[in-house]
Amino acid sequence: MTTMTIAKAINEGLRATLTNNPRALLMGEDIGPLGGVYRVTDGLIAEFGADRVVDTPLAESGIIGTAIGLSLRGYLPVCEIQFDGFVFPGFNQITTQLAKMHSRSNGNLTVPVVIRIPYGGGIGSIEHHSESPEALFAHTAGLRIITPSNPHDAYWMIQQAADCQDPVIVFEPKRRYWLKGEVDTETPGTSADPFKAHVLREGTDATVVVYGPLVPVALAAANAAAEDGRSVEVIDLRSISPIDFDTVTESVKKTGRLIVAHEAPTFGGIGGEIAARISERAFHSLEAPVIRVGGFHMPYPVAKVEEDYLPDIDRILEALDRAFSY
Amino acid sequence: MGATHLPSTEFDGTDIEDRLEAEAEARLGDPAEPMVQLLAPDGTLGSDPVFSEYAERLNPEDLRGFYADMAKIRRFDVEATALQRQGQLALWVPLTGQEAAQIGSGRASQPQDYIFPTYREHGVALTRNVDLAELLRQFRGVSNGGWNPKDTNFHLYTLVLAAQTPHAVGYAMGIQRDQKFAASAAITDGTPGQTAEPKAAVMVYFGDGASSEGDVHESMVFASSYNAPVVFFCQNNHWAISVPSSVQTRVPLANRAKGYGFPGIRVDGNDVVAVHAVTEWALERARQGEGPVLIEAFTYRVGAHTTADDPTKYRESAEEGRWRAKDPLERLEKYLRAQGLADDDFFERVRADGDELAAYVRKTTHDLETPDIRTAFANTYVEAHPLVAEELAWFEEYSAGFVDEAEPADTEAAN
Repeated sequence: MTTMTIAKAINEGLRATLTNNPRALLMGEDIGPLGGVYRVTDGLIAEFGADRVVDTPLAESGIIGTAIGLSLRGYLPVCEIQFDGFVFPGFNQITTQLAKMHSRSNGNLTVPVVIRIPYGGGIGSIEHHSESPEALFAHTAGLRIITPSNPHDAYWMIQQAADCQDPVIVFEPKRRYWLKGEVDTETPGTSADPFKAHVLREGTDATVVVYGPLVPVALAAANAAAEDGRSVEVIDLRSISPIDFDTVTESVKKTGRLIVAHEAPTFGGIGGEIAARISERAFHSLEAPVIRVGGFHMPYPVAKVEEDYLPDIDRILEALDRAFSY
Repeated sequence: MGATHLPSTEFDGTDIEDRLEAEAEARLGDPAEPMVQLLAPDGTLGSDPVFSEYAERLNPEDLRGFYADMAKIRRFDVEATALQRQGQLALWVPLTGQEAAQIGSGRASQPQDYIFPTYREHGVALTRNVDLAELLRQFRGVSNGGWNPKDTNFHLYTLVLAAQTPHAVGYAMGIQRDQKFAASAAITDGTPGQTAEPKAAVMVYFGDGASSEGDVHESMVFASSYNAPVVFFCQNNHWAISVPSSVQTRVPLANRAKGYGFPGIRVDGNDVVAVHAVTEWALERARQGEGPVLIEAFTYRVGAHTTADDPTKYRESAEEGRWRAKDPLERLEKYLRAQGLADDDFFERVRADGDELAAYVRKTTHDLETPDIRTAFANTYVEAHPLVAEELAWFEEYSAGFVDEAEPADTEAAN
């Protein structure tokens, strides 16, 4: 066991991938000598050289598009998109090309590209640097989307994404990059399947489903709720596509109440999908409607007011109050 | 002509009005810009200080082969258009007029090269030995990509304009890395630093319309930055559905290469000999590690954009007529006959081969099997996916529910 931050864990995971797979390479803006704007690739160019840690032109469509070509030639490109809000110049390549290549080739071609995207708010940044666009990608068949919430998952998930034969987007919770935790670099243990949700805290009265940056928030809310005598189960979804509905359903059948929280706007978001599926699967177990906690239907607001936008402990507690009022 | 087609490092500062006038002339088939041409419309063979050397490598059999390919693909085009009109294909994208651009460039490629087409490169597909009946799957609506690109190094058609151009550059970057791998392996093994595989390059097709897409720009930036072994082959057929090329560019497209720092060459796209020579030159230098080239094949889409299009709404038929006079097949036929390289028997045989291909394509199209939607479930992901499995299970159960209902209905009909 080693203690490290999420950023360092991803760095170590990338190092392991580059070491284990000679056809793996990293591509992105400023990922070379600078080590990326969040220093996640720090030191890797010195170790693996400029052919395997590639500083690209500032062109997201070009990054994803050339990554597709490299993967068609048998390489494993791991692309860094600098910030969530800057993925959109590459959106066309991701949704019309990367996601569909295996299907449209009748299974003849595989494009195991990995795309890393730092996402989410709470860092007081300027426009386009705090968004949570995961639902836009989750809606696209052919992609897999995972998001770690702790260093151990971060270390293993980036490697599992690299091992996967399908294209995988790894959404990295940027405001948690400096969160420290224990990493077992010998074995993933219970994190062996990146597409499986984890029950982080057991409870009997309500379930709170979260992922990525909101995991610590949900755990704190559960602690606060315990003081009011409410036993709250917290699930870290970990994978946004596919979603581990079995784990969520099992929990809701036990607790009877479900809150889903994410930073992304609630409308058309992952919470809505979970609410719909759980209503179908566990209708008779539900004591209250599934309640969503998320961002508002507005462009991500300016940094000085983002605290009013982001789901926090109180917003989750308020949602629990509503769930218990039925 | 010749060396002057190679890029100068200085902007030539041509007055824009002159340039627009030149483009207007160009649309009539008389480009004012330097353009490589070896075989003139009247069938006479000219010379070029750079590219004649490449043309001289061709023997009579090669030239007869070019003609046979062009005639074959034109006949195929007629057949596919007919199949669409008869409701056998959902859509057809005709290539008539662009045979020389496609056969000349495709024949210059080697088996180890990898080709990224747009969606009109049926002629290139022929040169890569793609089964043309398989090519029709996409247009019949039974597949989104009817062939396995690994068999022929001819990628699937890409319908999102220019999206294939960065794929080509990435693929070329992969070839560069393969060569480094092979070289370092050779050092480790103590064997000479020669790669076992023949050196490869990538060629990517796009049109004058797609040249406006950002992906073309980004691709050229990447290709230039990494000196990737890729040839950008732009067929300027002068019309992006209804919009003329003058809306896409105010300078000859080939000139854009200057801005990226690699050679750009305009070639007579209706001259199969020149197209072959220029492409062979470009692919050879790419394979040797000398970087990208942009080729602009100056040609014309004689027919419609697709079978859903009506060119009479946006262009004069006289324009089409002027281009028909520059027909790529006629000029090669004139040359072959004048040089005594082909006789009536040859042309008769070519026609018969074309008819045979058309009959084959017609029959196979009718026989193309409609796939089961279960294959779409199976091919969405490589690895097992719980949502796909769940939806497939639901679909199976739902479908099974119709079996019992269908039988009594049939009985009723029989009664």
